[in-house]
Amino acid sequence: MTRRLAHTPDGAPSRGPRETIFELDAGDARTADDSALDVPEVPLERLLGDRVRLQPPALPDVTEVQVARHYAHLASLNFGVDTGSYPLGSCTMKYNPRVSEDACRAPGFAGLHPEQPAETVQGALRLMFELQEALAEISGLPAVSLQPAAGAHGELTALMCIRAFHTHRDGPRTRVIIPDSAHGTNPATVAMCGYSVAQVPSDERGGVDVRALREVLDTDVAALMLTNPNTLGLFDENIAEITSAVHEVGALAFCDGANLNAVMGVARPGDMGFDAMHINLHKTFATPHGGGGPGAGPVCVTAELAEYLPRPVVSRKGEGYVLTDPNRSIGRVRSFFGNFGVHVRAYAYIMGLGGVGLREASEQAVLSANYLKSRLYGVYDVPYDRTCMHEFVLSGSRQKRENGVRTLDIAKRLLDHGMHPPTVYFPLIVEEALMVEPTETESLEDLDRLAEALIAIAAEAERDPETVRHAPYTTPVRRLDEARAARDPVLRWRPRG
Amino acid sequence: MYPSDLKYHKEHEWVRVEGDVAVIGISHFAQDQLGEVVYVDLPSEGDEVTADETFGEIESVKSVSELYSPVTGEIVEVNSALDDAPETVNEDPYGEGWMIKVKMADSSEIDVLLSAEDYEAFIEDEA
Amino acid sequence: MRFVSITGAQQELMLRAVGANSVENLYADVPDAVRLCRPLRLGDPMSEMQLVAHLDGLSRANMPATGLISFAGAGCYDHYIPAIVDDVLRKPHFFTAYTPYQPEVSQGTLQAVFEYQTMICELTGMDVSNASLYDGATAFVEAALMACRITKRRTVAVAGTVHPEWRETLETYAASGLYELEYVGGDGVTRPEDWRRVVGEETAAVLVATPNYWGNLEEADEIAVVAHAAGALAVIAVSPILLGIMEPPSSAGADIVVGEGQPLGSPMSFGGPGLGFLACEMRHVRHMPGRVVGETVDTDGNRAYVLTLSTREQHIRREKATSNICSNHSLNAVAAAVYLSSVGSDGLARVARSSVQKAHYMRERLLETRKFETEWNHPFGHEFALRYEGDATAMRAELLTRGYLAGVIPPDEQSAARGRVIFAVTEKRTRAEIDAFVDEVRTL
Repeated sequence: MTRRLAHTPDGAPSRGPRETIFELDAGDARTADDSALDVPEVPLERLLGDRVRLQPPALPDVTEVQVARHYAHLASLNFGVDTGSYPLGSCTMKYNPRVSEDACRAPGFAGLHPEQPAETVQGALRLMFELQEALAEISGLPAVSLQPAAGAHGELTALMCIRAFHTHRDGPRTRVIIPDSAHGTNPATVAMCGYSVAQVPSDERGGVDVRALREVLDTDVAALMLTNPNTLGLFDENIAEITSAVHEVGALAFCDGANLNAVMGVARPGDMGFDAMHINLHKTFATPHGGGGPGAGPVCVTAELAEYLPRPVVSRKGEGYVLTDPNRSIGRVRSFFGNFGVHVRAYAYIMGLGGVGLREASEQAVLSANYLKSRLYGVYDVPYDRTCMHEFVLSGSRQKRENGVRTLDIAKRLLDHGMHPPTVYFPLIVEEALMVEPTETESLEDLDRLAEALIAIAAEAERDPETVRHAPYTTPVRRLDEARAARDPVLRWRPRG
Repeated sequence: MYPSDLKYHKEHEWVRVEGDVAVIGISHFAQDQLGEVVYVDLPSEGDEVTADETFGEIESVKSVSELYSPVTGEIVEVNSALDDAPETVNEDPYGEGWMIKVKMADSSEIDVLLSAEDYEAFIEDEA
Repeated sequence: MRFVSITGAQQELMLRAVGANSVENLYADVPDAVRLCRPLRLGDPMSEMQLVAHLDGLSRANMPATGLISFAGAGCYDHYIPAIVDDVLRKPHFFTAYTPYQPEVSQGTLQAVFEYQTMICELTGMDVSNASLYDGATAFVEAALMACRITKRRTVAVAGTVHPEWRETLETYAASGLYELEYVGGDGVTRPEDWRRVVGEETAAVLVATPNYWGNLEEADEIAVVAHAAGALAVIAVSPILLGIMEPPSSAGADIVVGEGQPLGSPMSFGGPGLGFLACEMRHVRHMPGRVVGETVDTDGNRAYVLTLSTREQHIRREKATSNICSNHSLNAVAAAVYLSSVGSDGLARVARSSVQKAHYMRERLLETRKFETEWNHPFGHEFALRYEGDATAMRAELLTRGYLAGVIPPDEQSAARGRVIFAVTEKRTRAEIDAFVDEVRTL
């Protein structure tokens, strides 16, 4: 294939990296703000004692023009959803609506201080209340906390509520069961909540091995943490039996809601027997990923668990809204009320799409994933040959075995096609895993282009494996020496010499 | 690949016996599986180790594995050169890539370890 | 509003390709017993125009602090944000990008965050900063957990003068049994002798904030001495703005520095998203939670950036990870970097100086009215607490009708007689506004 630039946002060719902002120097050109202090000035030493800073911090010394160009250049090195397909499994990289970006910036939202009197923030409280209600309706779990700042934070919050629930009864119990296909945040969350992890294997169909689960379930188990659809993109048809078995030993079932995009309006975790779930607003509800965050991870629970939710929650009071504390609240899990700026975006998305739009989004996500999978049969190994939900897992085993080309190489070569790779090497139970989630906002042309790129790479792996193994070639930088970065960490800029 | 004068542990450590001291490192198979080693977390001289229990960790870019001691005893020397050059474990796993030297409390523990032949068969079975 | 661009005809084509008659077939694995058999009760879709009108209605039903003369702080501050900051954040290649796991196409995010890390190190005087945490409160918790890991001890001594919400967050996490909390009380500030009574060989860390909840500056260096004498770490929470003119906590002996970074370029936004920052000494880096960006080279020898030391994190170390954190507040970190690049060290010093001078001026003038009195004369930054001679809640409500947000009343003191009020003053407040406010107070 021809060497062409991988991505050209706004038509400008992307160049390689250049200097850090510290290496730019405005010299005397920095526009000083010469507005004088309008109150009498007292020597700082008198006010701050010996705490006055002698040496200013070495921050950038640049003009606004330099700032503007520096960040414009950095942006041109990035690949975002706006650039092209971003089929990262379990990340739900759908389009981020622009109207949501405007909405959260309204002065009436962005300018709110969290300690303002309730009567001055009724619009914000109403928005949060309605978002709580909407998430309750979508999840099938009636009580909601918007406080957690991210999915992992939501997982931990839910598990803390479950812990409090048990402690209030017969003691916290000691273990939490997670499947071998679980995302890394799950066992990390379990440990952070003072529990030990008990793993349960998946069966040949890719769901939880129910027999193995029953063997591991006892009254020492506080909860089962499951994702459904799971990290293989499969709906566990035994889910009702699973949650029942969990309840039989007095344990609770938690749903990791990362894959909610598959089933909105079709099935609700509350109806599957889950007692608690977390939702990723930055996945299912289209709030932007921001290069790593901020997101939000609201928690939805049964009426029984409601009293343990973090305080405060938003409640109705007559015609207005107030902040209230659940009776046996576990307390706060962070300052203030949650990532309100993210809540506004998710709310806008839900209101804009309506119930029928959310269902359509899920149905299309599932159809698009199955369509894409069907185009790749015979080209890559498909470890679980079943109808998938909104994502599916391929294995690069054949390419590794026959051509010495690994999933990593396939992912890097996809960058040369102007697409972001799928998730790689997750879930751990599939060798050379490639987890693909196109989402519903890709067009049919986008899906076909992605399929054709993956097919072309598979063919290239046979014909010319070396080229694939040293990809990418057209990105702003090529493969990085990650071992060096870990062995001799350089974690901040320093002046040379 | 698996020197015959060494003994091997199922968790892929090797032992070279020098009198009553056991020199311990990881096998070629282990370093190959790990990829480029970026960090080795070793205990200190004077620490005690117990057979079949962990004594440290070894990291590559994308993975971390525990290091298991094949013998019980007190650590008499630690290879501090690995602090600055952890990649030595990849380059020379049986020589300069040694990790700890342990004064054995019970040298009969060596007898239950695998010979080079048995270890090679063990790895093939696992694959 | 709709973002699905696949037509009905294309859907038919796709269904045929997968061998299904309808999308219903694709959900065959979902048992009937768990199916939702009715539409979601969520209202009809709206056009963008309708949605904007609806959202306008909600935002206009608020009276934002930025539209009032506000003296509210207590952990969230109204500083001026240069226009260039949001301009950068709105670049789609920054905000629609994912976590930079594929560094070849993420150098923008990676370099921006590397630069942010550098700036936090410069402000705090520490060797290394992570790529962000959620907020100051959770950063405080992560620092406590980090100290427990490093020292292998289980008790954390916390100043009673820290923000009550931070203290509460520490308590919520403590319920999981990972650490135990002990408090060191203080009247406006804590004293080293009170810490000496509490800190011992079981103490993993001392946790203190300077400025604290009341705006008062603590004797962080002396508290750090007490900690180190017992083999504990010193965790110091700081104000990032004040570090423009205040000695970095590294010089006070901090082992871990945390704080709330919202004042650096993020709007108040009703309390979130803000920015948790955490910085530490290089020798503790392997115990540090959160992502971190490092410098390296690519195959062609070009300088490049990559997420590194990943073996600390959940996706590799799972239940032994330093934290479960995955998504962080990356875009807020970029906001901080753009803010600091825009103001520079002279600009930051000016913001800090202005805030501090105005706060001191206002406190003097409020005391002159005799409606407020002080119980403390501790040094403070740009925030201070005074006792109001009457019903502080009523006072605040009355002044609200005149267009002022008269500080923050601590949660425990809402109905107290002669309760405290905490006033924060930033560079946005003019002398005229402060004088006018004081005049209003006089008339109460």
